[in-house]
Amino acid sequence: MKIVVWIEFTSGKVKASSLETLGSARLLAESASGEVIGVCCGEGAGEVSTTILSAGAHRIIVREGDSLANAHSDAFATELSQVATSESADLVLASATSSGKELIALAAGGLGTCVASDCISISCEDDSLITERPIYAGKAHHRQKWITSPAFISLRPNYGEQVERDAATVDSQEATGKSVLKRTAFVEGSRGKKELTEAEIIISGGRGLKEPQNFALLESLADVLDAAVGASRAVVDAGWRPHSDQVGQTGKTVSPKLYIAVGISGAIQHLAGMSSSRTIVAINKDAGAPIFSVATYGVVGDLFEVIPRLEEELKSVLQ
Amino acid sequence: MKIAVCMKRVPDTATRLTFAPDGQSIDTSEVQWVISPYDEYAIEEALRLRERHGEGSVTVITVGSSSSTKELRQALGMGADDAVLASCDEPLDPIQTARTLASILESRGDDVVLFGRQSVDSQGAQVGALVASLLNRPFVNDIAAISIEGDQVRIEREVEGGREVIEGPLPIVVGADKSLNDPRYPKLKEIMMAKKKPIEMVTPEPGAAALETIAFTPPPPRPDGRIVGEGPEAVKELIRVLREEAKVI
Repeated sequence: MKIVVWIEFTSGKVKASSLETLGSARLLAESASGEVIGVCCGEGAGEVSTTILSAGAHRIIVREGDSLANAHSDAFATELSQVATSESADLVLASATSSGKELIALAAGGLGTCVASDCISISCEDDSLITERPIYAGKAHHRQKWITSPAFISLRPNYGEQVERDAATVDSQEATGKSVLKRTAFVEGSRGKKELTEAEIIISGGRGLKEPQNFALLESLADVLDAAVGASRAVVDAGWRPHSDQVGQTGKTVSPKLYIAVGISGAIQHLAGMSSSRTIVAINKDAGAPIFSVATYGVVGDLFEVIPRLEEELKSVLQ
Repeated sequence: MKIAVCMKRVPDTATRLTFAPDGQSIDTSEVQWVISPYDEYAIEEALRLRERHGEGSVTVITVGSSSSTKELRQALGMGADDAVLASCDEPLDPIQTARTLASILESRGDDVVLFGRQSVDSQGAQVGALVASLLNRPFVNDIAAISIEGDQVRIEREVEGGREVIEGPLPIVVGADKSLNDPRYPKLKEIMMAKKKPIEMVTPEPGAAALETIAFTPPPPRPDGRIVGEGPEAVKELIRVLREEAKVI
């Protein structure tokens, strides 16, 4: 089985979610006597490839060229589908980040097929690829079998496994993908904001914070834990937090290693968006709040007393 | 300006799901259906584009159950001019849905085709991109702003670390994010008028599937949790279990 893996990087650094995708591809390849081919495209791709030689790929294809300067994702999708075709890939994998999902869908569409999107497991049974993905923000799981080839799959961040293997060989090629769209400007955000769907730790706040400025408590705790800050729908609808912070079925579905829900009662559409997190901590003064039904660990209490204490204790413990 | 919006009816997000006994489907008999929330932003933006340009038409298109006429009427009540329904009661996979939409869109000559960034049921975030690829038109998902000047389009969207501006020529296919606008509520008069607006019925052309359903299942139950304590005194124990049991910090 030939597996082609899209490698995503920003500012010269490969994303952790791409390392997980490479690792999962390698483990799958080892169970099916396959080969893993990493694809690294765009400005700086050659240098980036040298940082991931032992991350699980047998070979890494680097594609650089002027046509990719300020290009939109369709140019990169063309590179990916060209490699998938020239390598006769059985499986094309990407991490299910925002840009990964856009790119792999364009690449799949270009080859007349679709994607099993945001999967939490991929297996090979009787020569068929089987995928499992949460739908309805996790209220249901959908198991599917691929009946055409190549399969295109995106893997949910925090669901893969990084590996270390012998160094890959690198093959440099000229990029040819073109885009009719150009990125003409980029305005940096005020904070170096972590993308919620890729964060390992998320601290989310709800109505219990009482006022928008009280989110500073969570921001401060987030700095100690190197976490991202999320929000419930209620506070996003109230205009306290930007919509991009919303966790839930009408916001982002997240699966971090640790999810801390602060002052969130736990409406069904919020629970749907975060209940696949590995460990869930709920901090709420109402012991009957539904959030406690999904929490691994609960603290019943006033968040305005608990959060500052938590930050203080964590600072001394984590030093 | 000719505009099309592809929309989907989905179970309301407050719905609790029940599963068919054979695991092959989700039991929808008790479901309250709505327009997928992100598609409402797409419809609203289409109406605003038409209003800003002072002329043009907005067509809403859906693939799915014949009962989708209810949600199409709702979009017509918001102000869309006409609708197309590719009625299909069999489940389709994403490429089958995309082929059906592409066959409807191919000859229409829309300047802009809008989707929601993803549906809130199957959440693939891909049908817009697939349709754009099939039609060989450019695609941008998660858009936060769009403006059109002549045959040029300017789009803004939130990406990791900031906001990017993307520019290029029409035609284009986009996916609407929540920050795009606040969708209007149809007024009673408009709802009455919408009853007279045309809904064209077409036969879907899905082609062969790429994926086959094995089963729909409830998510695995979460392991039982516990209350570690009350108030700030519980913090020490919380940190201990996070480090020693869960090993997450």
